[in-house]
This record gives sequence, structure tokens and C-alpha cells, in this order.
Amino acid sequence: MSFSSAVITFPGSNCDRDMADALEKVSGTAPHRVWHGDAELPQRLDFIALPGGFSYGDYLRSGAMAARSPIMRAVVEAAGRGVPVLGVCNGFQVLTESGLLPGALLRNAGMNFVCRNVALTVENNQSLFTSGYTAGEEILIPVAHHDGNYFADAETLDRLEGEGRVAFRYAEEVNGSARAIAGVLNAGGNVLGMMPHPERMIEAEQGGTDGRALFESALKALVSA
Amino acid sequence: MKVRVFVSLKNGVLDPQGRAIHHAIEGLGIHGVQDVRAGKMIELDVDASVTDDQLETMCKQLLANMVIENYRIERLAA
Repeated sequence: MSFSSAVITFPGSNCDRDMADALEKVSGTAPHRVWHGDAELPQRLDFIALPGGFSYGDYLRSGAMAARSPIMRAVVEAAGRGVPVLGVCNGFQVLTESGLLPGALLRNAGMNFVCRNVALTVENNQSLFTSGYTAGEEILIPVAHHDGNYFADAETLDRLEGEGRVAFRYAEEVNGSARAIAGVLNAGGNVLGMMPHPERMIEAEQGGTDGRALFESALKALVSA
Repeated sequence: MKVRVFVSLKNGVLDPQGRAIHHAIEGLGIHGVQDVRAGKMIELDVDASVTDDQLETMCKQLLANMVIENYRIERLAA
């Protein structure tokens, strides 16, 4: 069985090739490459990835323009049908801007662009993206962002935590995120947004392989579905 | 007709940019500024056919992120 995935490229995306490479290396099948102006996704997708970068130059707000691009209507529709959607970094910003995930990503509390490997704690290992990790496991994944400071009101944060929708937390101070949240799931568990870049930790040459289990989890979820 | 939309962060949302500006103001040797909040102003030149409802829709769906921001619409006399 082949794993049919798609990587969406917006003008200003710059991690789309890394994402496509990671998906191909883990699944053995090259993903479809989809342009932001396309109105439709390929049929019968098993996985959609929104990559990192600076879509539309971060104009207005990070992810704001991309969230209103033609392809996002199709992505929102696919997410509603249960297709797994992963948004990394700018992809996470696009997911919050499009309403697929709650909250927003503000300028880092320290005002600086943060670009380094950070320790994350796996909070929820029951999701289709995280089943390959153990709960409480600490992993090392790089971040590279200016607007990664996760914000949501207290009620939303309580709900996310109560429903096990915090997938990853920073194990160290990174950007001022509320409750150190690094990655959140939607209510259905099929949409994950995270600021750290798992696609940059796929093979030893990249300095580590802690990101690999995320893609392997999604692949396993498909095979067992 | 010119319309100005002012977008500002909601109270309680940390504004690191405003804080940095505040520090810079103090660097000018000017004291007594209690707080600084940075926002943005978007100026639109619209036809008379654009309704108030449409302006509200623009603000809610695009110009402001209602999770973190408020907006205020100001119509300028032609």
C-alpha cells in the first residue's frame, strides 16, 4: 500500500522540500506537491502537510494570507473528513489563522528569532501523529521562528489540556508560549500544529532522528486503519 | 471614501513589540510613559457601494485576528 500525501507550497514557504523529503524517506512514496493557488487536492489523500516558511512574507500576520488562499478551502474540507493534517511552524500559524486549530501565535516574548534545537516533552502519545513516542518522553527537535508564542484564553487552554490536546510542550523556555505549549491537536485528533520542525530530524546526518517517529506514527495509523 | 481600520492587541495579550518600543523611549531620556501598545492602521479607499456589513466582514475575517486583536473602523469624510 502506498502512502498518498501532499505538501502544500505557498509563496514564501521554505521548508516544503524538507517536508517532502521526510515524507518520502519515511513512507517510501514521494508526496504530491500542491501549489497554494490550486483549488483542489489530489484524490484520496492519506496525509496533508503545511510546511514552514514565511508565506506571503508574513504580511498582515504570519499565516493570515495563506489561510485565505484557494487551496486552504480544500484543506479545511479534507480535515473535516478526518484526513490527517500536519502544520509545522508557518504551517501551524496557517492552521490557527484558518480556524482549524484554536489560539494564535504571537511574536516571541523575547522579541528574538529563535533558531536552535530545543527539548520537547511528548504530552500525548495517543494521537495518530504521536503514537510512536512514549508519554513523557523528551525529544530534541529544532525550532526556527519569530512568531511562536502560543496564545489562547485561559478557558481554551484548560479545555486543550483537559482533552489531552496538548501534543508537545517545551521542556525549556523558548518563546513565552502559554503553558509552554509547542504543539496542539484539534478536537478530532487529526490536525496537529507545532512550531518545532520534526522534518529536520529524520536521519542521523541532520543531527538526530527524534522527528522520525511522528511520520512513522502517521504511516502506522494508515496501515492499521 | 477613505476608511481607516485600527487593529490593536486585546488587553491581556502580551505585546513584546510595545515593550521594546517602551524601552527605546526611555533610552531617549523621556520618562513618564507608563505603557506602550503597538498596533496597525490599514487605510482603504472604498466605493460607496461597500456596506458597513462588508467592512465588518473584512475586519473579522481578515484584517484582525479576533483571537488576539480588536478593531475599530473609522470613516473619513470624502
